[in-house]
Amino acid sequence: MSGVRLLVGTRKGAFVLTSDGKRLDWKVEGPLFGGWEVFHAKASPADPNRIFASLSKGWFGQVIQRSDDGGKSWEPVGNDFSYGTGPGNHLWYDGSERPFEFTRIWQFHPSREDPDVVLAGAEDAAIFRSADGGKNWEELTALRASTGSGWQPGAGGLCLHTIVSNPADPAQLRIAISAAGVFGSEDSGETWKPMNRGLNSDYIPDPDAEIGHCVHRIAAHPQRPETLFMQKHWDVMRSDDGGANWREISGDLPSDFGFALGVHAHEPETVYVVPITSDSEHYPPDGRLRVYRSRSGGNEWEPLTRGLPQENCYVNVLRSAMSLDTLDPCGVYFGTTAGQVYASADDGDSWSEIARDLPAVLSVEAQTLP
Amino acid sequence: MIRVRLPEQLRTLAGVGREVELEVEGEVTLRSVVDALESAYPMLRGTVRNPATGRRRPFIRFFVAEEDYSDLGPDKPLPVALTGGGEVLVVVGAIAGG
Repeated sequence: MSGVRLLVGTRKGAFVLTSDGKRLDWKVEGPLFGGWEVFHAKASPADPNRIFASLSKGWFGQVIQRSDDGGKSWEPVGNDFSYGTGPGNHLWYDGSERPFEFTRIWQFHPSREDPDVVLAGAEDAAIFRSADGGKNWEELTALRASTGSGWQPGAGGLCLHTIVSNPADPAQLRIAISAAGVFGSEDSGETWKPMNRGLNSDYIPDPDAEIGHCVHRIAAHPQRPETLFMQKHWDVMRSDDGGANWREISGDLPSDFGFALGVHAHEPETVYVVPITSDSEHYPPDGRLRVYRSRSGGNEWEPLTRGLPQENCYVNVLRSAMSLDTLDPCGVYFGTTAGQVYASADDGDSWSEIARDLPAVLSVEAQTLP
Repeated sequence: MIRVRLPEQLRTLAGVGREVELEVEGEVTLRSVVDALESAYPMLRGTVRNPATGRRRPFIRFFVAEEDYSDLGPDKPLPVALTGGGEVLVVVGAIAGG
């Protein structure tokens, strides 16, 4: 019988939650790497037992760990993320120049075909590739070379936090950088161009600038890669031409600020967001934790509340903290900054708390097991 | 044999107790001790020094017998008390918390 494994990264370690295909009873294991910030842990689609984990700490830098047995044992792999040629500096908050400096990996994007190939998004923003299971990393320098000297960090840092690839054409990549925007490559990262047309951010000096938009998350349905959804700082957006042009689909959301975003595994027009009050009030509107679902590709949204706290709830759901499985009905999962993990086994109609009192959740990755 | 005391977070990662003992090849310097540490415990590679530059991480300091050797230079000999006098190289992380 199939099952689900959730890889949960938190401020103080990683947790592994497992269940069978019914997704009613969950076993919680952890913490792994106790005390370390785990920004992301993700399994290879090509080898479900191979998992990459990004551990970091301001004192001790970045450590990458890999498991080849589904998380039972781990070994360190390469953590040399040296920047290649390209602009030496980006812009700092005050507009002065500041050198690109590696801090941590925010996101892994393992290849669907080859378990040894994995992309990694870094802070300061850069994309790295490993072709040997994470032992060695090489920067795809063209991304920073394109416009990197003009990038300026958001409050969360100058991070490359999302990588999306086209299953039918793995050379086609879309990535998102906080406070820089979306960038696309059609040639496996050899060349890149900004893809932010249609974004309007009236809290930056040039609201429709080519770069400088604070994109929080992008996602696409695997069978419809030309359609991309985006949770921007403010505004939920959609593109139907692979990111070349964007239009707003916030519609009737109670707030179009937020971080997390997910697309249903079987319905390309079904998308999920978690509205957050504002960029200073990082908690749900009215103290009610609501996932909003659109089954029409945006604009019309319905609140999903059954099983979620509907009073006095002031948690946040971070950008990497929502994920979906591929079972039918589709499972939807998210974690909060107060350490809860919520699961829905029915497309989001109802929710249950499957873990609580964990450290603040940074990332959730659902892995559907055979 | 060189004794090295690790901060809590590195003990967790390496799965070791408060101290580890290391065989150090050649002269006992910060570089040779950290080389030996990273060789014996690969999961600590890059945690006390930046793997790209080789420089000590800014929140890390090295003490022997309560003396600060953090800025000794990577290839200068550490005090003989470390090799023969029973002293410990203490790796200290900056205090965090309230």
